[in-house]
Amino acid sequence: MTSLDELITNTRIIVCSGPGGVGKTTTAAALALEAAHRGRRVVVVTIDPAKRLADALGLSGGLTNEAARIDLPAAPHADTPTGELWATMLDTRATFDSIVERYAPSPAQAAVILANPFYRNISGALSGTQEYMAAEKLFELHTDERFDLVVIDTPPTRNALDFRDAPGRLTRFLDHRLYKALMLPTRVGLKVMNVAAQVFVRTISKVVGGDVIADVVAFFQAFEGMEAGFRARADAVSTLLRAPETSYVIVTSPRHEAVTEASYFADRLADHRLAVAAVVVNRMHPLFGAASAARLEELALTAPAAGADPEAAANLLELAHVAVDEAAAVAPLVTKVGAVPVASIPLLDTDVHDLVGLAEISGHLFAASGGAR
Amino acid sequence: MDPLKFFAASRLVIVAGKGGVGKTTVTAVLARAAARLGQRVLVIDVEGRSGLAGLLGGERDEVLGYDERVLASGLGEGGRGEIHGRSITAGHALLDYLDAHGMGRVSKRLSKTGVFDVVSTAAPGIEDILVLGKVKQLERSADYDLVLVDGPAAGHAIAFLQAAAGLLGSVTGGPIETQAREVAELLADPARCQVLLVTLAEETPVNELVETAFTLEDRVGVALAPVVVNAVYPDRTIPEPIAVTGARDDELVGVLSAAAAFRRSRRELQHRQLERLVELLPLAQVHLPFRFTATLGAHDTDALADALLESIEACP
Repeated sequence: MTSLDELITNTRIIVCSGPGGVGKTTTAAALALEAAHRGRRVVVVTIDPAKRLADALGLSGGLTNEAARIDLPAAPHADTPTGELWATMLDTRATFDSIVERYAPSPAQAAVILANPFYRNISGALSGTQEYMAAEKLFELHTDERFDLVVIDTPPTRNALDFRDAPGRLTRFLDHRLYKALMLPTRVGLKVMNVAAQVFVRTISKVVGGDVIADVVAFFQAFEGMEAGFRARADAVSTLLRAPETSYVIVTSPRHEAVTEASYFADRLADHRLAVAAVVVNRMHPLFGAASAARLEELALTAPAAGADPEAAANLLELAHVAVDEAAAVAPLVTKVGAVPVASIPLLDTDVHDLVGLAEISGHLFAASGGAR
Repeated sequence: MDPLKFFAASRLVIVAGKGGVGKTTVTAVLARAAARLGQRVLVIDVEGRSGLAGLLGGERDEVLGYDERVLASGLGEGGRGEIHGRSITAGHALLDYLDAHGMGRVSKRLSKTGVFDVVSTAAPGIEDILVLGKVKQLERSADYDLVLVDGPAAGHAIAFLQAAAGLLGSVTGGPIETQAREVAELLADPARCQVLLVTLAEETPVNELVETAFTLEDRVGVALAPVVVNAVYPDRTIPEPIAVTGARDDELVGVLSAAAAFRRSRRELQHRQLERLVELLPLAQVHLPFRFTATLGAHDTDALADALLESIEACP
């Protein structure tokens, strides 16, 4: 991948990963907007219930689980007809419910599962479920003929990287000894649990009480017969996440702790033999027109001798220090990911409130490549 | 407000805020400031990665372990002030709890079989309760004057603090229920526990802070400490227009002018947000200045502790 332009032109899926609070959602939306302006039919999926993004996109009803089409103004690239921009939000519960409904042998069995307290726990709060459902949603949108590019941001947690492992999680869960132990009796037609299962159940009951266990057993029983469908789907999702048409963009801020976290994400991608397609550094302090942070600092150091006002000189020196420091903080990540495009977005005065603001972000992202503006 | 009174309000303070606002920095600064007032402080990392140690004199990227370690001692008048640090993870806390309650055999079986994963799936929030249960035990012990928890990021913070109430509804009997009840009592008692929210003086973080504050008060019923606004640009009065008295240097004048304009607009932006926060949330505000660096170290923590104490004193 040689540029962000190529990325948004050729790839079918863009996954934005990174630590919390660095602007992943905004970056994802800005990439999607630019791709739409270049003629692609894009859907952007956000994980956060980002009300601000919904407002920025002009969706007064907020983002929902159903993709909504955004009204785009005329294309800034006169030679390319504008594509389409759609937006949706991940609703973990609704997505999980729809899978259960799809694979349950009968509506009655689906209803039993949907009402089970253990199921309601996994589909709502369990860490890992959100990642799994994000992957599922991605697959669903990827196979939806309305779209030719899906852009998604990942949850800002360390296990966001489990996003790629997530489809395997539930199937691994089904392989768990406890599940097998609990299910064995029903499979061989016995109504009593085997000894191993009883030991497990007693152990867990001691800690959390008996009701919880009863729910788990009921869930597993209701789930029987659906595993094959679940497994096949999980495999397909997993394959898609590893496919060449899926690109990973790391988003970070230039603060040391954020870069450390972003580097961890890059390492995890490497563990999976997946390449980082681009890095976006958001919230950089500006260089005020200087060629580099080092040059800015050089100028700042000459200010007192040149007879600048001491306050003005001190201000410049402070801001030059931050710029030098930020460049140094980002450097190890840039080295680590190798020859991929690195784009930066300056610390802006206002948050993004509308499509114009979002286009401004795109402008920064694609500035180096002579993009939007 | 007298800083000693500020720190004496409750023994346990849980620091929470949206990702990227400087929660860990603020936890470290609170610890440093309290220790300099002669308090024995324990800082707790619940995510196993927070960088607390580096901000308090340990190695830069050191991760605190489950075993407590002394990060600083001999602080404050008479040298009584100390900072201890540790992490608490759910798995460790569970084994610890079972061992302490004569269920060592159960604990071995749980860890050997990986059943813990299933248990925590069966009752989400169980991990949070195990962590908070351990925090509660440390809060009850007379070992510390102040226990500071570098809490999970805002989204998870609400779930983290609601776990007790949630579990009381679904888990019946057994040690987890006992833990949940005791944690719920702790959170509801403003003399024992407060949540301190951190934000930046920016639009989205302020909005999310206000939302989190009301959710925590309404749904968890936990007391809120003054809000800490992190990274506020210090004032500088720069005369305009920018000129240099020496030889004409357009490049220098250009960057000086642009830097001055940037500083002014950041300040204005932040002032507007600080005013909005006053209007939206009836809590006292403590401000920490922006440090002009990308990598905070122990000396920054110290400088910020000075600023914190000053800002607390200026509070009504």
